[in-house]
Amino acid sequence: MNITDLTVHELQEKLKNKELTVTEITEAYCNRIEEKEKDIDSFNTTYLDEARNQAKEIQEKINNGEIIGDYAGIPIGIKDNICVKGTRTTCSSKMLENFIAPYSATVAEKLNAENIITLGKTNMDEFAMGTSTENSAFKITKNPWDLTRVPGGSSGGSAAAVAANLVPWALGSDTGGSIRQPASLCGIVGLKPTYGLVSRYGLIAYASSLDQIGVLTKDVRDSAKLLTLIAGKDEKDSTSEDKGNINYEDCLKNDVKGLKIALPKEFFGEGLDKEVKDKLYEAAEIYKKLGAEVEEISVDIEKYVLATYYIIADAEASSNLGRFDGIRYGHRTNEYSNIEEIFKKSRSEGFGDEVKRRIIFGTYVLSSGYYDAYYKKAQKLRTYISNEFNKAFEKYDIILMPTSPTTAFKIGEKSGDPMQLYLADIDTVSVNVAGLPGISIPCGVDSKGLPVGMQLIGNKFQEETILNAAYTFEQEYKFREKYKPQAINKSKILI
Amino acid sequence: MAKEDYEAVIGLEVHAELSTKTKIFCSCKTTYGGAPNTQVCPVCMAMPGALPTLNEKVVEYAVKAGLATNCTISQDSKNDRKNYFYPDTPRAYQISQYDKPLCEHGYIEIEDDDGNKKKIGITRIHIEDDAGKLNHDEFGGGTLVDFNRAGVPLIEIVSEPDIATAGEAEKYLKKLKSILEYIEVSDCKMQEGSFRADVNVSVHKKGEPFGTRTESKNMNSFRSIVREIDYEIERQIDIIENGGTVTQDTLRWDDVSGKTFVMRTKENADDYRYFPEPDLVAIKLSTEYIENVKKSLPELPESRYERYLNEYKLSEKDAKILVSSKYLSNLFEEAGKICGNYKSVSNWIISDILRILNEKEMEANQIPFEAKYLANLVNLIDKGTISSKIAKDVLEEMFENPREPEEIIKEKGWIQISDEGEIKKIVQEILEANPQSVADYKAGKDRALGFLVGQAMKATKGKANPQMLNKMFIENM
Repeated sequence: MNITDLTVHELQEKLKNKELTVTEITEAYCNRIEEKEKDIDSFNTTYLDEARNQAKEIQEKINNGEIIGDYAGIPIGIKDNICVKGTRTTCSSKMLENFIAPYSATVAEKLNAENIITLGKTNMDEFAMGTSTENSAFKITKNPWDLTRVPGGSSGGSAAAVAANLVPWALGSDTGGSIRQPASLCGIVGLKPTYGLVSRYGLIAYASSLDQIGVLTKDVRDSAKLLTLIAGKDEKDSTSEDKGNINYEDCLKNDVKGLKIALPKEFFGEGLDKEVKDKLYEAAEIYKKLGAEVEEISVDIEKYVLATYYIIADAEASSNLGRFDGIRYGHRTNEYSNIEEIFKKSRSEGFGDEVKRRIIFGTYVLSSGYYDAYYKKAQKLRTYISNEFNKAFEKYDIILMPTSPTTAFKIGEKSGDPMQLYLADIDTVSVNVAGLPGISIPCGVDSKGLPVGMQLIGNKFQEETILNAAYTFEQEYKFREKYKPQAINKSKILI
Repeated sequence: MAKEDYEAVIGLEVHAELSTKTKIFCSCKTTYGGAPNTQVCPVCMAMPGALPTLNEKVVEYAVKAGLATNCTISQDSKNDRKNYFYPDTPRAYQISQYDKPLCEHGYIEIEDDDGNKKKIGITRIHIEDDAGKLNHDEFGGGTLVDFNRAGVPLIEIVSEPDIATAGEAEKYLKKLKSILEYIEVSDCKMQEGSFRADVNVSVHKKGEPFGTRTESKNMNSFRSIVREIDYEIERQIDIIENGGTVTQDTLRWDDVSGKTFVMRTKENADDYRYFPEPDLVAIKLSTEYIENVKKSLPELPESRYERYLNEYKLSEKDAKILVSSKYLSNLFEEAGKICGNYKSVSNWIISDILRILNEKEMEANQIPFEAKYLANLVNLIDKGTISSKIAKDVLEEMFENPREPEEIIKEKGWIQISDEGEIKKIVQEILEANPQSVADYKAGKDRALGFLVGQAMKATKGKANPQMLNKMFIENM
């Protein structure tokens, strides 16, 4: 048995049956990280010594018969834009290179209460701005399926770490696809919950009205489990909503009979890789076979979504990132003669190019004289896009579409061309713009052996519907049994 | 052209700190004067990832202020971000309200310089957070920021440009301050900056359109505001008379030189890039909520004024003075209730307490003693325990070292001499020493009696009962 190959629910089973101990699990993951992290570069910071000590303490409690919950001793990776008290929380930016969070995000508190062990903080595109994790100020994370390719982004570190078995699961954040797209490129499951289902308190904001913390896991059951742990109304986040205590595992029925699935034809057109398209149609056929009703429809938003998303996201980012001014924390320039210089030089030195590009763009669209033409118009389009989705959900339960127009691309292939990288977001951003839940699950590999992701989108707070549909497909298709990321495992031979 | 040919247009933006116990977006205390950065948390320090949550008390207090100033309360309101970089603004944006303020279209009534009633319109009242405070060279060189004040709730009350003179501006501000004090939403301590105004002034020739305005920020004394307005009106008229044009500048008033200085020109004005605050949900208020807030409002000055005339038979002038300040009015009502002699309490407040406040350059909210001390003082006079003259000294002492007047009298040995034998003895002594005055009195010069009583008071250091002295002098002459 290879411990790091197991899902969380499998680990829990083995802990329950005393086939495994917490210390064995943590040790296995620590060893795996020590062995493989240098090939993947998925972490900004690891806490292996702390994890081993914590595992020992938890194991002792278990041995003493203390009841400490079903998740005690399960390891996790946390994206480096989620504050965990006393840990470095960098957003993969020079600006926060030495920032130690003085408090914990609500989600981190919840994991801590379950005695879940944080193995490390995962790499990302700086301030979550990017689709390849190449915008990290520290390192480039590699795709475990092909080490010359990107893992996607911005939660690329979390996705690669899960795919490479460096953690059994991870937390990410998704503002325009930052969980689903890397999950797709790394062949794992990524769930972005409905806006407001999970507290954002302690998530370092990129775009407040779009950001949402979510999960990256090896299978759908683990996604349901982790979502159950982190969801819920938080008094510290006014935009979080109270939906009661839902156990998302209960919805995994392995049954899609009568489920109405829509394929929006606009997202299957030009720009979509032929092999990706074929895999998605195959998936649609599988759903039909399982008893779902699948129909092609028109959701006429595709030509607006990127402009709408980038105007809103960058406008909010330009404001959210104002606090990084070198006064209270973060990078401060060494030499300055007045306050203006502290601001300008600290920010010029601390932020990377893509972050600067978005701050400038966002500042521009909010400026007087341009506000109506850009920001206000984008808000109108946001309402329009939501309405288009609403119309679709009057008739259908789920929208099925690609997560990414292509499979993983080469490191450096698009990094010089921001527009190319923005286009990689085309399939994911509308879900954030409309505040909907979306899940990406693997539905095959292309001819290069790279995983293809399928995106299932539900109506607001219909996580149960998309989780069940994803689970039913997963049970039928058995992707994890068929395909494994070979590159990372082959690399062992090279050592 | 002469100055009389010009008209001034004045608009005021008042910032009042709300007296909620906690800050507007977190649960830190709002107490003034704490050690630097001891009343802070991740939210008001704008730590990465921290989110604001709106303190409902702030909304309630702002609605109260709106209702007390005849505003329409908006049932559908929201917060907006006002973006700018400054070290005292930790988020690099203030959370304010832009196009949907909580309260709109109100007014308060004042008297213009000729004593006629005049309504000053209130454009809007909105809620926002205060910034931190910069300390220059206070802690051994350099500038350090104290974030205790960051996140203290403010309301900004924007007037219509209905004010024509410095006098009207002063009356408007005093009235507004008194209303906010009455409804207990702000303690309006100007010396602590919890009630401050941005003053907009422009001038134009009569019958012509409004001129270009200037703005002086953060003024926190009535006297400075009056001086600034008068100075600006004159300065702007001079510019126009000399063929120049007034520029739309932000000014700084310098109290020492009595002049304004340009802080920032329009060209360098910030573009605040307002947009809706995505971290907070819209503020929705039900009619029922607004009604309940309305019911919770205390009695306002207008109504108290009427009551003072009818119930306590005070003069219009006295009633007006008392209701001009919640603190005076409350002191009057509380002390009157305890001693029963409202008229006398009113007299003591208006003649002596106001004089002492004026001498000490204090505001009514700084009166250091309790209402019951004043009531007991009036009681002691009414009972004849002390003379009014001694009472004045007791009152002075109550300001210096607040305690029960009886205690003060005992300590100082100021109890009035009302013993008939003792008074008689004093009267006899004074009569013997002043035969000329006795002769004058007998010749019909009434003034001589006053002189003799005065001499007796002098001899007893003011402790003799004046009524008894009077009576006994007459009997003995």
